[in-house]
Amino acid sequence: MNIGNFFKISFKALANNKLRTFLTMLGIIIGVGSVITMLAIGQGSKKSIQSQISEMGSNMIMIHPGAQRRGGVRMDASSMQTLKLTDYKSILSDAQYVSYVSPVVQSNGQFIYGSNNYPSSIYGVDADYLEIRQLSVEDGDLFTDLDVQTNAKVCVIGKTIADNLFTNGENPIGEVIRFNKIPFKIIGVLKSKGYNSMGMDQDAVVLTPYTTVMKRILAVTYLESIYCSAVSEDMTEKAIDELTEILRENHKLLANDEDDFTIRSQQELSSMMSSTTDTLTILLSCVAAISLIVGGIGIMNIMYVSVTERTKEIGLRMSVGARGRDILTQFLIEAVLISIAGGLIGVLLGVLASVAIKMFAGWPTYIQPWSVIMSFGVCTLTGVFFGWYPAKKASRLDPIEAIRYE
Amino acid sequence: MNENVIDVVDIRRDFVVGDETVHALRGVSFTIKQGEFVTIMGASGSGKSTLLNILGCLDTPTSGEYYLDGSSVRKMSKDERAILRNRKIGFVFQNYNLLAKTTAVENVELPLMYNSKVGSAERRRRAVSALEAVGLGNRLMHKSNQMSGGQMQRVAIARAIVNDPAIILADEATGNLDTRTSFEILTLFQKLHQEEGRTIIFVTHNPNIANYCSRNIILSDGKIKEDTYTQHIMNAAETLKSLPIEDN
Repeated sequence: MNIGNFFKISFKALANNKLRTFLTMLGIIIGVGSVITMLAIGQGSKKSIQSQISEMGSNMIMIHPGAQRRGGVRMDASSMQTLKLTDYKSILSDAQYVSYVSPVVQSNGQFIYGSNNYPSSIYGVDADYLEIRQLSVEDGDLFTDLDVQTNAKVCVIGKTIADNLFTNGENPIGEVIRFNKIPFKIIGVLKSKGYNSMGMDQDAVVLTPYTTVMKRILAVTYLESIYCSAVSEDMTEKAIDELTEILRENHKLLANDEDDFTIRSQQELSSMMSSTTDTLTILLSCVAAISLIVGGIGIMNIMYVSVTERTKEIGLRMSVGARGRDILTQFLIEAVLISIAGGLIGVLLGVLASVAIKMFAGWPTYIQPWSVIMSFGVCTLTGVFFGWYPAKKASRLDPIEAIRYE
Repeated sequence: MNENVIDVVDIRRDFVVGDETVHALRGVSFTIKQGEFVTIMGASGSGKSTLLNILGCLDTPTSGEYYLDGSSVRKMSKDERAILRNRKIGFVFQNYNLLAKTTAVENVELPLMYNSKVGSAERRRRAVSALEAVGLGNRLMHKSNQMSGGQMQRVAIARAIVNDPAIILADEATGNLDTRTSFEILTLFQKLHQEEGRTIIFVTHNPNIANYCSRNIILSDGKIKEDTYTQHIMNAAETLKSLPIEDN
């Protein structure tokens, strides 16, 4: 008997009892659908956290002055003055694995415009800072190298600042706001980035040349930190090693001296965050796997009952010349057809459910192709596995007893 | 084709039930030539079902030899017997045993589905001509649950002849039908016997049917009690005409 006939027979048998077929499929449909949906939710939250991190700049490397021991007393890192402009200049000229570098000096205070005021930090940075933090200027311009050289009192403000100071909808560009009685001319407004995953408003910033902050506001010669970005995410490790070398040399540290600075990369943060979501994904996958097994057991139940219910039919098929293995093949093909059809419907429902959750509940979902392939494959295997035993039982029936079975 | 379609040599069949051994057949021998229409009769427990199972290659004898169309069945494996049933035997059962919700033509195609040598066009053609032979050429697409008992039995007969078997085994084929329909079916069997020369073995309780067959074997206690050739074979079609026509 050729395989086409088997399919014809199995298909016919399934079509003849649509309700039974559908109920059998239901287990698989729910199994596959829930695996896909749950994985989509897990992957979606992982991805959204990852993208938030990369919004902050995935290649970002932060250099802070390190805690240092002075005569046995460990000093507070923020009070250290070990990072100098010369470090910035050496990194700028020597580092190969670093694509952007910017010094950062920061001060806090009230910004005042007319009768409005708003508290915020003012960051003294280089133009590279925007590349490192993946910021962009929406309106107006960024300050130039000339502004940096001349300690110009110009600034670029974030959306939150603009909204709070310019409440009547005035165009902020060209206006002058005051910070610690120093007037700053607004030359640009940053594109909004919203809140980050830690709940910090990324738009409550004012950027100005670092020279301005160092000389006009803080009157200091050291830097609070240096931000860099590695040429690519993979190069982060190499960039960190290189930066360590440059800084140790600059600071004239001996081989067994501790670093007087600390270098941290965004990758550490990223791996910490994704381990949280991995736990979530594992949890959801377990729930989904259980539903898949339940679906498989459903197939076994119905196939098993169906063998008993169809004993007479099996007896007839055997009496007209079906061999045990023909019956086995027919029941297996039925199980495979049910599993595949159920799997396909499950994939469809899972995808629809993921999209619906994204649209109506607003949860981030992301369907990974491997999750579809895996759940579909597992369900087909489950179906065949659980269909095997009843099929084997059917193939071993005695035709004499089967045909007289009532 | 061998002249002796069936050659049964001293077959015995024992069943072990608990500690006892039941001797269902205690040494049965006979031959059936091609083109015979034989009834096998006997009371319940006489061994006729056991004999039918052995003749139908569903069961094998404990001892003795059974040759169907020249080949020895006793030494065959289960699979070989399945193939033999598929090629050499057509079954007609008391309760029709059609596939539910399946059209007449698909029911008739069933044995050919298990024969890989028959392609789908050939299969359909043979199923249709078998249905025409039993007078159901106009009901090819009727489903089994849309047919009367007589029609269902005709479909079953068409299914039995579609593989052009060496023997047709009918097990109480008229047992579920009313008198009139029984004679219609009997007429059909006579036609297959006389016009197409088919070998038919008809197992029945009903002694009346023996009058319409060429030979009658009566079993009793697992042995052949009588084996007679019918002198005057009655014509089922004529009997049918003489029956009072019912109102329904």
